Amino acid sequence: MHRAGCDGTVGVVAPRTKEAREGLAAMKIAVLVKQVPDTATHIQLAADGSAINTAGIKWVLNPYDEFAIEEALKLRDQHTGEVVLVSFGPARVEEAIRQGLAMGADRAIWVSDDGVADVDYLGRAQILVAALSQEADWDLVLVGKQAVDDDAAQTGPLVAALLDWPQAMVVLGLTVDAVGRRITATRELEGATQTVELPMPAVLGAQRGLNVPRYPTLPNIMKAKRKEVRQTSAAALGLDAAELAADCRVVVEGYQLPPPRPEPKVLTGDPAEAAATLVKLLHSEAQII
Amino acid sequence: MSGILVVLEQFEGRVRRVGLEACATAVRLRHGSVSALAFGAGADAVAEAVGALGVEQLLVLPDAPFDRYSSDAFAHAVAEVVRQVEPSLVLFGATAFGKDLAPRVSGLLKAGLASDVTGIESDGDDVAIVRPVYAGKAFQRVRIVGTPKLVSLRPNVQPVGVGEGPAALVSRPAVEVGAPRAVVTGTERNDETVELTEASRIVSGGRGMKASENFRLLDRLAAVLGAAVGSSRPVADEGWVPHSYHVGQTGKVVSPDLYVAVGISGAIQHVAGISNSKCIVAINNDPDAPIFKVANYGIVGDLFQVVPALTAALKAHLDAS
Ligand SMILES: Cc1cc2nc3c(=O)[nH]c(=O)nc-3n(C[C@H](O)[C@H](O)[C@H](O)COP(=O)(O)OP(=O)(O)OC[C@H]3O[C@@H](n4cnc5c(N)ncnc54)[C@H](O)[C@@H]3O)c2cc1C
Ligand SMILES: Nc1ncnc2c1ncn2[C@@H]1O[C@H](COP(=O)(O)O)[C@@H](O)[C@H]1O
Repeated sequence: MHRAGCDGTVGVVAPRTKEAREGLAAMKIAVLVKQVPDTATHIQLAADGSAINTAGIKWVLNPYDEFAIEEALKLRDQHTGEVVLVSFGPARVEEAIRQGLAMGADRAIWVSDDGVADVDYLGRAQILVAALSQEADWDLVLVGKQAVDDDAAQTGPLVAALLDWPQAMVVLGLTVDAVGRRITATRELEGATQTVELPMPAVLGAQRGLNVPRYPTLPNIMKAKRKEVRQTSAAALGLDAAELAADCRVVVEGYQLPPPRPEPKVLTGDPAEAAATLVKLLHSEAQII
Repeated sequence: MSGILVVLEQFEGRVRRVGLEACATAVRLRHGSVSALAFGAGADAVAEAVGALGVEQLLVLPDAPFDRYSSDAFAHAVAEVVRQVEPSLVLFGATAFGKDLAPRVSGLLKAGLASDVTGIESDGDDVAIVRPVYAGKAFQRVRIVGTPKLVSLRPNVQPVGVGEGPAALVSRPAVEVGAPRAVVTGTERNDETVELTEASRIVSGGRGMKASENFRLLDRLAAVLGAAVGSSRPVADEGWVPHSYHVGQTGKVVSPDLYVAVGISGAIQHVAGISNSKCIVAINNDPDAPIFKVANYGIVGDLFQVVPALTAALKAHLDAS
């Protein structure tokens, strides 16, 4: 197994047992990455409302996936090993993959197959699991807490269920004992923080606050162009496109935009008077206080 | 297959409100009898609360390993209860708990899940579902094929109402799960008193607040209103407030009755997280700030004068009424 260290050098990683003796254990980490519209996008609908109008959209790496990649890179740099990006999506996603490689991931697996583009969450998870199952020895699969396009927050637990691995989602903090193969994760709950302990291999979902993602440096952007991106298809992964389509259980019927907000009432002038008028409006008109 | 199963979440010995919202929704949908599932010690104590809303049966798993959350053990238990009860629909709350658990159950049962749903209506034997996407910049209409259909409901959206039904009948299903793998070993409560996603009133500060200590102004306003305090992203990134305050597309998506945006310009990513608010009030000294385009009410002025004035006016109003 080859690895690219944090200094960009390529070295040979010794077998796990020897490293374990040295208190090190090389980690093989997959990060599932999705490409999504930039968060500054004004969402518009296709004329018939059947889809989002994607014309002119700037596509970016899902923001939460940047936290997942960063965490994987930190773990690799600490424990040695490799970080592999896995993505399922159309031709445009190669750009997001290169972005992740430019952050420092070692290589990527890209399921590019327009024949299964319309699968639901479960189908997508099956495809990603099939891609992961082409290789052995994964220690961790990292995902983003959610993709900021359809905001499903489903893929992590689905992949964990299909792999029959334990999971921790919305992770704010992580300690990995690579030799003892134990993970302690802190998760964000509503109004609380929870500590979860779980064995490896596991699926972890990155939340904002976990780390500060590094920016790709120019040399790393250049290097990323030469890193391996292995392209594959559903058929090559042993999946049947017709079966996946028939299994689709969540069907999107269409989209609508939120109702327009009413014309605002904007007050100017003396702060005390404006404040008093606002309180009256909130009471008698909005009936909120 | 008929009926609806609601999976409840216990937090600090109480059932989370979204669970009651789900029970009320389940009854409203009229898809046959409604049962609920509760985990952990004291689970049977919710029989009255859910019964009042019309839940007929409460299934409880009070003992170890269900006394502390484990995504794998809980998902296996839910899947097993679904096999026994055979509901056509299973409702979860789209909290950290429900978002962790529901998709895992979906993977085990190979059943379709619509997550973070804001609209759900009966349509014959089927349900018509609406869920926000792009943090509320658009809504998706969804159907789930096959049974059971799994749905997680966004908190604070579905009404609860007051019910007068008798306490639900409590039973203990026989559920075998292997040793839990991911286990919760501790939970620490945050300092803030009201959680943003559950708050009915929110006062939020942006870069216009200038410094961390100025958030005391907002704390005072929030105290008068009984509101939670939130923020824009840069303010949380600066460390003026904890990360948990951050509202928007990459933060918390909130749906309060009242959202007061103070010194927040109204960037699209921020607005995405607040557009579900019933009433938005903006305070900003720039009359052209985009936040005024989404607000119901606005005051153009220096927040360091307006916020204390508003706090005083509100206090006077609330003291008088
Ligand atoms: C990928 C990505 C994701 C993002 N996600 C989010 C998100 O989830 N949430 C979020 O909030 N942002 C998010 N952002 C950032 C967003 O684009 C804006 O930069 C941010 O919302 C601006 O914060 P602000 O309104 O506090 O600051 P500014 O835009 O700097 O606005 C400050 C406002 O305060 C007003 N002001 C200044 N002084 C006073 C005064 N004395 N009295 C009254 N008003 C005053 C100014 O007129 C101005 O309108 C994201 C950005 C990116 C790239
Ligand atoms: N098509 C995809 N390819 C690779 N990873 C994905 C894909 N869709 C979702 N993911 C991963 O799953 C996370 C949650 O996505 P979602 O379930 O769509 O909200 C994302 O942040 C990614 O890490």
